[in-house]
Amino acid sequence: MADYLMETKDLGISFGGLKAVQALNLSIKKNQLYGLVGPNGAGKTTVFNMLTGVYKPTFGNFYLDGENLTGKNQETINRKGIARTFQNIRLFNNMTVIRNVMVGLSSRPEYKCSILTSVLRLPHHFRIEREMREKAKELLRIFDLEDDRNNLSCNLPYGKQRKLEIARAMATNPKLLLLDEPAAGMNPNETTELMNTIRLIRDKFDMTILLIEHDMKFVSGLCDELTVLNFGTVLAQGETRQVLNDPNVIKAYIGE
Amino acid sequence: MDIITTLINGLSMGGVYAMIALGYTMVYGIAKMLNFAHGDIIMVGGYTILVFMNFSGMPLLAIAMAVICCVILGIVIEKVAYKPLRGASPLAVLITTIGVSYFLQSLAQIIFGSAPKMVNIVDLGLLQIGSLKIQMYTVLTLICTIIVMTILTLFVKYTQTGRAMIAVSEDRNAAQLMGINVNKIITITFAIGSALAALAGLFYLLKSPSISNTFGSSPGIKAFTAAVIGGIGSIPGAMLGGILLGLVENIVAKIPVLSPYVDAIEFSILIIILLVKPSGFLGKKRREKV
Repeated sequence: MADYLMETKDLGISFGGLKAVQALNLSIKKNQLYGLVGPNGAGKTTVFNMLTGVYKPTFGNFYLDGENLTGKNQETINRKGIARTFQNIRLFNNMTVIRNVMVGLSSRPEYKCSILTSVLRLPHHFRIEREMREKAKELLRIFDLEDDRNNLSCNLPYGKQRKLEIARAMATNPKLLLLDEPAAGMNPNETTELMNTIRLIRDKFDMTILLIEHDMKFVSGLCDELTVLNFGTVLAQGETRQVLNDPNVIKAYIGE
Repeated sequence: MDIITTLINGLSMGGVYAMIALGYTMVYGIAKMLNFAHGDIIMVGGYTILVFMNFSGMPLLAIAMAVICCVILGIVIEKVAYKPLRGASPLAVLITTIGVSYFLQSLAQIIFGSAPKMVNIVDLGLLQIGSLKIQMYTVLTLICTIIVMTILTLFVKYTQTGRAMIAVSEDRNAAQLMGINVNKIITITFAIGSALAALAGLFYLLKSPSISNTFGSSPGIKAFTAAVIGGIGSIPGAMLGGILLGLVENIVAKIPVLSPYVDAIEFSILIIILLVKPSGFLGKKRREKV
């Protein structure tokens, strides 16, 4: 078990009578880029929602670094080290770019600052604020967003909003980063740039990344391993090239 | 000179409305609910001042106790009555807040009786500059509201908790997934709202020193109107709406033909503003992207 950063054991959830996800066993190694693919409605986002505490799994368990996080609430799971982005961008629209990242940073223990300290504006408050600002700038620089830091996030172009969402998730200092269709709606240039950014995050932060994506070129160019879901069950699992040549997978995607 | 006095009175009254409106608007923005028991917190604050004035005769102690009691009450109400309903239909929550409102009013009636009681906190006298005569409490109220609002604005803008509050009001789920403890943020919001309500109770008593169990109803509804005019959910909106309402109220009351219709005029303004700007002056425009 110690070899894997994140594992799920027979994870599943049902809504009323509908079993949206069944018997999912994922084993993700540290520093891996892992893909979760499948047709629409296969249950991919549902898996993300279970792993981040938005839904409570009905069956099974999942572990991060050997610790069982099943059924914990969202902020606890985030503090334990799972962060995510959303399929539809959900930034804090009326905040500036840098503030979005600072919200992410504020849950880190090293930036703890009691309300009283803040209200009384003690030197500690200013030090923490300065440190957060520096850290946020550093993160934005990696995502090439530093020059936009004082713009409202809703005024950014789409591709940059996607990147900012990843930056905000990274700000919470996760061990495992979940990306829900990061390349959705991007043009080919933006997609290529995003692939480079994701690789950079993995190398620079030694990050483990689980991502959902429809763009097969994106998935095959980026992921080490894949799990294919179809109607909530695992259709194929394993090394990327091998899975993509699996006749069952081809059937599910293109038909007979 | 009379017009200046009217304007100062209006600003001061408006400041009190703004303080109450902030409670409505912050709770709406962050917990996504309308808290109709908010006005009754003002009443509880007023009675607390009454009790501690009779008890000790020290105004500052009474005021401090009112703030403390209201903050505790606000937090307890949220934990006991509203928190179990998080995720329930907004209508159920709304009815619960009305229930809490009646509960507080009836409780006050049982404890203090239904006859109005006089509370003489302190006689501040009259301020006279040249031919300009202003009640001292008006000036005090105005100064206090300016201080309180400045602190609140700085708090929301520049502290981590303030930032977290804005994040929760923008997108609760995303904020939670950023590791923000939403329950804690909601508790803090109720605490701040209740503290402001206690202060509003104090300023109301300075103006008219009589209290009964429906003491908070009228200011509550008016402040709610102010919050809607300013754009509910918006903090600067509540301040603007409150001050606007206070000014209108005082100016209209000075015009003999119109003075009996003060309330009617206030609510007509609400209707007109909502017709022209449905989300209020500074409210968020909801534009769906297609």
